[in-house]
Amino acid sequence: MPQLSLSVNARPVSADVEPRCLLSNLLREHLGLTGTHIGCDTSQCGACVVLVDGKAIKSCTMFAHQAEGCEVTTIEGLAGEGTLHPMQEAFRDHHALQCGFCTPGMIMASVALARDNPALDEAAVCKGLEGNLCRCTGYQNIIRAVLAGAKSMRGKHDV
Amino acid sequence: MYEFQYHRPNSLEDAAKLFDAAGDPQYLAGGQTLIPVMKQRLAMPSDLIDIGRIGDLHGITADKNALTIGAMTTHAQVASCDKVRESIPALASLANHIGDPAVRNRGTLGGSIANNDPAADYPAALVALGASVQTTSREIAAEAFFTGLFETALEEGEMIVKVTFPVTDCAGYEKFPNPASRYATVGVFVARTKERVRVAVTGAGLSVFRAGDIEAALETDFSPDALDGISISADGLNSDLHASAEYRANLIIVLARRAAAKANAA
Ligand SMILES: Cc1cc2nc3c(=O)[nH]c(=O)nc-3n(C[C@H](O)[C@H](O)[C@H](O)COP(=O)(O)OP(=O)(O)OC[C@H]3O[C@@H](n4cnc5c(N)ncnc54)[C@H](O)[C@@H]3O)c2cc1C
Ligand code: FES
Ligand code: FES
Repeated sequence: MPQLSLSVNARPVSADVEPRCLLSNLLREHLGLTGTHIGCDTSQCGACVVLVDGKAIKSCTMFAHQAEGCEVTTIEGLAGEGTLHPMQEAFRDHHALQCGFCTPGMIMASVALARDNPALDEAAVCKGLEGNLCRCTGYQNIIRAVLAGAKSMRGKHDV
Repeated sequence: MYEFQYHRPNSLEDAAKLFDAAGDPQYLAGGQTLIPVMKQRLAMPSDLIDIGRIGDLHGITADKNALTIGAMTTHAQVASCDKVRESIPALASLANHIGDPAVRNRGTLGGSIANNDPAADYPAALVALGASVQTTSREIAAEAFFTGLFETALEEGEMIVKVTFPVTDCAGYEKFPNPASRYATVGVFVARTKERVRVAVTGAGLSVFRAGDIEAALETDFSPDALDGISISADGLNSDLHASAEYRANLIIVLARRAAAKANAA
């Protein structure tokens, strides 16, 4: 079985996984990082979004071996010691989740969106989250949270 | 998903050797089509040859006559590249409306045209702009490249290396996206170079096609109003739960008008 090395949440990781192992399987089943959710497993819902070299991608639609040498960040990698990431904080403050199943993917997609777009507005949030489905909230509070989270990210460095 | 062997060559030569040595190999680019298809067990390659780290397949170059984009360039890279935005803004905008951000961060130009989904966006741009596809063995004009439903002129093992788009005077693309996937229910790309106009339609037929009547009308008068009174026959157009053939025929005119308006404003 080919050996795989990458960085996950700033920690070096090596694993022996089959070629058909998806990045989502590696994270959940081999590394125990079950914050990354599998909603559809058909590339539609975005619950599995993580960052690979800073870019939001659907981890159910990438083989683990394609991430060889890459830096992967999951929802578990966002919070600091005892403090939530500003985007997580904003989702809590704005009641942007109900069941919470879509939330890890929503937050990872939103963090990338906020980093890439210094001037986010509502339309840009809607377009930026087109690949993330939520069955509960109706999206209104998610949009509010992303705008607020992006604003507080701008006030902080290294987030 | 069935088991397979995974390879990650660093050069076109190594990729070709791996392809020749394998039983039933397939190239893997962004995986945004191939991985879902493998999950459904509709594809069962013995070997996947990941072409993502081959340097020759990456990069965008531009001069005053043409724009050349490597096959492994992601939709997000095309959308955000200043060279593309300056020389053919309609192409950057098209790339920016494929799927969603996560799909755009992985999906590639080469993968999209190799797959030739009848509802894919890029085929319309290649045909309307008169692009040419450079493969590992030859150069193929866009119109000869897309040969039918999920069919292209690519031979077994032949790989797309890059695509060259001649720079046009102006161009515009409009699609009516499927609300779930954002694939084109219908998409129309209008491009004008000197006095010639080319109009390519995706989503409506088995594969991309040119709309001769619309081209002729726009060559006489390059404005949306030139399409008043023109109608497209629904014969042979796609009909499915998203849209009937008649609805698609009407969309072609509606979207051609909008694309022409965009091209005029560009
Ligand atoms: C949710 C979702 C929404 C989408 N929405 C849209 C949309 O709105 N519009 C649209 O156009 N597309 C859409 N797509 C498809 C997307 O653009 C894909 O990225 C694209 O069709 C395939 O590109 P890829 O790089 O992922 O190729 P892969 O999936 O890796 O490969 C696809 C096929 O092409 C072959 N191939 C790949 N590269 C080469 C090459 N260089 N030479 C020869 N053969 C090659 C592979 O062997 C395979 O058969 C969507 C996909 C998803 C999952
Ligand atoms: S689980 Fe990956 S997109 Fe739904
Ligand atoms: S909070 Fe339940 S799916 Fe979004």
